[in-house]
Amino acid sequence: MVDTPVRTSTRDVARRLPALTVWLVLAFVAVWVLFLAEGTSAGPAVDDPGRFVVTLLDALTFAGLLFVVASGFTLIFGLMRTVNMAHGSLFLLAGFTAIAIQQSMVGKTTNIAPEDVSIWSWIGPLLLAAALVAVLGVVMHQVFLRWNQGQELRQALITIAISVILADQMLRQFGGLAKTMVWPGAVSHFVELFGERYATSRLFMLAVALVVGVALWLWLTRTRMGMVIRAGVDDEGMVRALGINATLVFAVTFFVGAFLAGVGGVMGASFAGAATGSDGTWLLNSLVVVIIGGLGSIKGAVAGSLLYGTVVAFSPAYLPSQYTFYSVIFSFALLALVLAVRPYGLFGRPA
Amino acid sequence: MISRRSLTRTNAVVAAVVVLLLVLPAFGSDFFVRFIMTQTLILGLMAATIVFLTAYGGMISLAQLLLAGVAGFMFGNAALSEGARGLNLGLSPWVAVVFALAVTTVVAFLLGALASRTTGIYFLMLTLVYGVIGYTVFAQVVTISGPSGITSIVAPEPFTEPVNLYYAALVLSVLAYIAFRAIGRTNFGLAMQGVRDDPIRMSSLGFNVALHRTLAFTLGGLVAGVAGLLNVWWRKQIDPASINIGPTLAILIIAVIGGISYFEGAWLGALVYVLLNTYTKSIPLIDQIGLTPDRFNTVIGLMVLLIMVLSPEGLAGILERLSRGRGLGKPTQHSVEPPTTSTSPVRTGPGGLQ
Repeated sequence: MVDTPVRTSTRDVARRLPALTVWLVLAFVAVWVLFLAEGTSAGPAVDDPGRFVVTLLDALTFAGLLFVVASGFTLIFGLMRTVNMAHGSLFLLAGFTAIAIQQSMVGKTTNIAPEDVSIWSWIGPLLLAAALVAVLGVVMHQVFLRWNQGQELRQALITIAISVILADQMLRQFGGLAKTMVWPGAVSHFVELFGERYATSRLFMLAVALVVGVALWLWLTRTRMGMVIRAGVDDEGMVRALGINATLVFAVTFFVGAFLAGVGGVMGASFAGAATGSDGTWLLNSLVVVIIGGLGSIKGAVAGSLLYGTVVAFSPAYLPSQYTFYSVIFSFALLALVLAVRPYGLFGRPA
Repeated sequence: MISRRSLTRTNAVVAAVVVLLLVLPAFGSDFFVRFIMTQTLILGLMAATIVFLTAYGGMISLAQLLLAGVAGFMFGNAALSEGARGLNLGLSPWVAVVFALAVTTVVAFLLGALASRTTGIYFLMLTLVYGVIGYTVFAQVVTISGPSGITSIVAPEPFTEPVNLYYAALVLSVLAYIAFRAIGRTNFGLAMQGVRDDPIRMSSLGFNVALHRTLAFTLGGLVAGVAGLLNVWWRKQIDPASINIGPTLAILIIAVIGGISYFEGAWLGALVYVLLNTYTKSIPLIDQIGLTPDRFNTVIGLMVLLIMVLSPEGLAGILERLSRGRGLGKPTQHSVEPPTTSTSPVRTGPGGLQ
């Protein structure tokens, strides 16, 4: 009994080693960014606060978009344990559809200037396109996923097949060239920040993401439907036993999840354009966010988006200039670090 | 449970097919042997590693094409001496082969160790992330590849001749098929199946669950690396786009079409995939049903959708049910429940890797 405390403390240190590593890495990154980053494209933050603020805003705005897309993915998984591998396809389809609607609203197909676009000819296409893919998502759920509820891998493979078909049909319908949704003229200018110019459209995107996030939070915490969904995440059988129409709740959740993919798709099409391949990229982005944050957790989607957004924005800016192309490795390092400490993500629970 | 009788029948059919493939170059056209069948065998070998991990470990991996790509890129980097891109190590071809497979094995071990605490759907998503991050690494890191990849790769001596490459792919496929089936009856294979069915019980029995999964993934990665070498010798080049998300899903699709729990299914699925890919244009009436001539991916996607909805065991499962005379009845309840291939009971004592 005498040596028990000693052994416990040794084992304790070993158990906390991954967590200690994480803190050390974080401390080193902070010191590097603040003082040491000579020879990088941004330079140490104490010397060039403008570039630091710009990079930070890049991280936050990208995280906003990541959150909108990934929250839809994680909402569906949290309630139904369905991994929707067609999430990226819904994202891209909404982008293409919104571009087509915007073009018909403005009355031009090429050379649309921001001044031609009123705020409504951005929000209108956004809502219409997101509603369209949400309906498509519900149809997909009712036809292909409802009857095999609980067979996670079969559902994943079915949605993979649907994503392959959708990708091919979108290539046929919209062609292989990248298209861009035009931001409304009211937000297409620049603001001055610490001597750097910053695009207002990115701040507008962050604002839209915040509105979506707050609406989602209010819906989940302040309405009866949201309460039922949160209860369903914890214990679906009990919810059914209480006489609640779980089928309807599932359909509504799938609608909202697909709607969020659609909103993200339109924001993404305005921010970076819509092109063949964006579907895969954004499926991957959603997966990275939810694997980091924990599948099925909205809190996890927030944390995952912020972490991933930060790494994506900071690693190219604060790597020595001749090594900028290694920045992708840092996304992987983030993933490895999180999984080493928490195999099911920051806020995840084992299935 | 496959009965002993149907097992021998399966074996007889497989043996007959292998004999047929051995004599194929004598009467098949050059295009059929060198293009269609070589490609089928290579893709089948890659897909067989997915079947191996799924059937014994319950781990559906989307990282197999990445590991094949790692072997291909490493061979290109090591064997060339004055290529336009890459490290240009200028090693002799067979040393380059060893180097490529060693790197692939190490990468597979590390990725497997990181993923070893997850299974099922988490494993599927994590390995997809591996695949796409791997693609980005090769596309961005110009010291080992860069976006346009590595070109003018030459196979080691006897395999520059296409027919020899076909025979290499055939022999390695047969070896992998036999080895994968045999592993199911070894201590390690039995322990893997125990880990697949009940990791908690296996863990309490003293088996190291994470280590078993990691080693299975490493072995699958090594075989995928061999397939990747064949692939790079066959194509004579490799670029990052060839391991992007589309081709990554294609390997899984091949395994699913064939039947994700049947080893024969991997090559059967590959044959169907390659034939469709080559001949979709010539299917009559395909442009009449709203599909323009080139819509190969729509056809393949519809096929996977149909298989997953109606009969998740894929073509090999359908063939087996037909040969047992039960016809196409109700689809089974669980999509990827692997058949129990072992005839002896799983050992209950510690016997595998501790």
